[in-house]
Amino acid sequence: MSSEPMGKTLYDKLWDSHVVRQEEDGTALIYIDRQLLHEVTSPQAFEGLKISGRKPWRIDANVATPDHNVPTTAYTSAEDIEDPISRIQVQTLDANTKYFGITEFGIGDVRQGIVHVVGPEEGVTLPGMTLVCGDSHTATHGALGALAHGVGTSEVEHVLATQCLLQKKMKNMLVKVDGRLRPGVTPKDVILAIIGKIGTAGGNGHAIEFGGQVFKDMTVEGRMTVCNMAIEAGARVGLVAVDDKTIEYVKGRPYAPKSEDWDKAVAAWSDLHSDADAVFDTVVEMNGAEIEPQVSWGTSPEMVTDVNGKVPNPDAEADPVKAGGIRRALEYMGLDAGMSITDIPVDYVFIGSCTNSRIEDIRAAAKVLKGRKVAASVEQALIVPGSGLVKKQAEEEGLDKIFIEAGFEWRNPGCSMCLAMNADRLPSGKHCASTSNRNFEGRQGAGGRTHLVSPEMAAAAAVVGHFVDVRTMLEVGV
Amino acid sequence: MDKFTELTAVVAPMDRANVDTDAIIPKQFLKSIKRTGFGPNLFDEWRYEDVGEPGMDNTNRPLRKDFVLNQPRYQGAKILLARENFGCGSSREHAPWALKDYGFDVVIAPSFADIFFNNCFKNGILPIVLDEVIVDKLFQETYAEEGYQLTVDLVAKKIIRPNGEQIAFDVDEFRRHCLLNGLDDIGLTLQHQSEIEAFEQNYKVKNPWLFN
Ligand code: SF4
Repeated sequence: MSSEPMGKTLYDKLWDSHVVRQEEDGTALIYIDRQLLHEVTSPQAFEGLKISGRKPWRIDANVATPDHNVPTTAYTSAEDIEDPISRIQVQTLDANTKYFGITEFGIGDVRQGIVHVVGPEEGVTLPGMTLVCGDSHTATHGALGALAHGVGTSEVEHVLATQCLLQKKMKNMLVKVDGRLRPGVTPKDVILAIIGKIGTAGGNGHAIEFGGQVFKDMTVEGRMTVCNMAIEAGARVGLVAVDDKTIEYVKGRPYAPKSEDWDKAVAAWSDLHSDADAVFDTVVEMNGAEIEPQVSWGTSPEMVTDVNGKVPNPDAEADPVKAGGIRRALEYMGLDAGMSITDIPVDYVFIGSCTNSRIEDIRAAAKVLKGRKVAASVEQALIVPGSGLVKKQAEEEGLDKIFIEAGFEWRNPGCSMCLAMNADRLPSGKHCASTSNRNFEGRQGAGGRTHLVSPEMAAAAAVVGHFVDVRTMLEVGV
Repeated sequence: MDKFTELTAVVAPMDRANVDTDAIIPKQFLKSIKRTGFGPNLFDEWRYEDVGEPGMDNTNRPLRKDFVLNQPRYQGAKILLARENFGCGSSREHAPWALKDYGFDVVIAPSFADIFFNNCFKNGILPIVLDEVIVDKLFQETYAEEGYQLTVDLVAKKIIRPNGEQIAFDVDEFRRHCLLNGLDDIGLTLQHQSEIEAFEQNYKVKNPWLFN
């Protein structure tokens, strides 16, 4: 064996710098720099802490915000939440953060919003960190070169009590997308195309690094959209290497390091990329120039195809389990095998969620909607900014008016119709063009039929009342 | 946490791939701030004719007769037999809480989603990965024989079929140790408190901006 040390992947580096101790079988205690908390997965963790008489290890490592249950219509405090159970969860978060002295961006605070939008926006998420949250879309934060895991509630409690997470190292996977995206093709289309290719179990057991020209060219917010859905590709962790864009993005944010600390941090962050000779266990390569705008047609994010494609025919599928899955999905979705994606009517439109509710998403949708109107057949079109600050920024740019004039409802930040825990629900049997990340049965409301798309594609569908290649409306050519 | 050593119980077949946590416990039940009481709403949408809401009296709700857990032959099942990628989707720990509260102590599948897999161990459920061909065979046997039971022996890492045949399975040593002894993760970790403190001291010197 050569004496040269092997190159490390970004994941290896982040892992190595946080190992407190490691057992012989590979189980390691990993030090956690930051924990984000929200109202749904934290109450039982706080309850556990109290029951066992334990205290949080480091108060300053935790930041909380309510998002899943909050109304998106006008309200001023948790007392205004109509559903008593939602109200109790939000109030329980208020009470727990107060009790333990943890910072909370609560209802009425302009910084409140979807936890995965708020973290990067506040600089609470920083490159090189380990970050956890009791939510599977924590993968989002990997866009900044942070090792970010979704965890269960027992682990939330474990991190609160010990500042550590018990973990086994995952395998390294590189999803390399080279070439250049064609105009009108977005980060959402890239990640949907990846999931369409590798499947929802494709990344199981791996940390996925997204590399190649497409991600170099992508904005940091676009990278968040991609990393966000690493979990839909089966991986708990999605990562993009730190570059000048990352550093520019972080600079000046409220929780970002300042003055001398900033220089030290930037120096440390310069190493946050995979070495040229790093070895990945699994490599998937794709050509960015071949990616088309995507629309999901089924009840799993891997059931996705090009907007100009067709709904598959289960009879053409050789694998009987897969064929059964397609058949069941088509039945649930009320679609015919072989029909054109552009023939699927759209009754509802939802632009929001931790995948696509950042300012760039809102600008992109606004660009399509400017001077246009939502089709008469569309029953409701919602736009839900990811945080109070995103909303404020959009309003300062006058984007809210574009949406309102087009016939959208301009709402307050929260998870909203992404999972319909609040009052925003997709009725049974209705088709929704949604910028969220999951199209499981009943996800947006019992019986609801979700189609995952980019903000641009959702806006375009709103205008014509069915799916359409947004490029025909953007004058970019198809 | 309860100890888990050996179990002999009826097997229930969940014959679908990619069963996600939304299906295991629909989101409206996540509003609870407790860890218990989710069993009656396990697989709620598949199990009942009506739409379940938290706080309902589940004992009077109309059942879907064709749903597997509603069939008399699978009552009292403690072992769930499942297909690939079981537990995918949201990281909600309510999914294992619901399975456990319903009475399942073991889930057998060809593959599991990562977070769900981890969450099982933390809640005293043993998830067992077996080869797809073997799982398929177990499905056939479960369907063929009413009251079909398996014995799961965590000490010997074996599943024993009714005909006495044994199927070995693999389980992470640490997880096995915790299940066998009913150990709680936090207590175990805090045994290394001084090591964590030493790490933190050193780490803080290198990364002062991460500490306020
Ligand atoms: S927006 Fe949707 S996916 Fe994201 S955290 Fe909220 S509920 Fe989860």
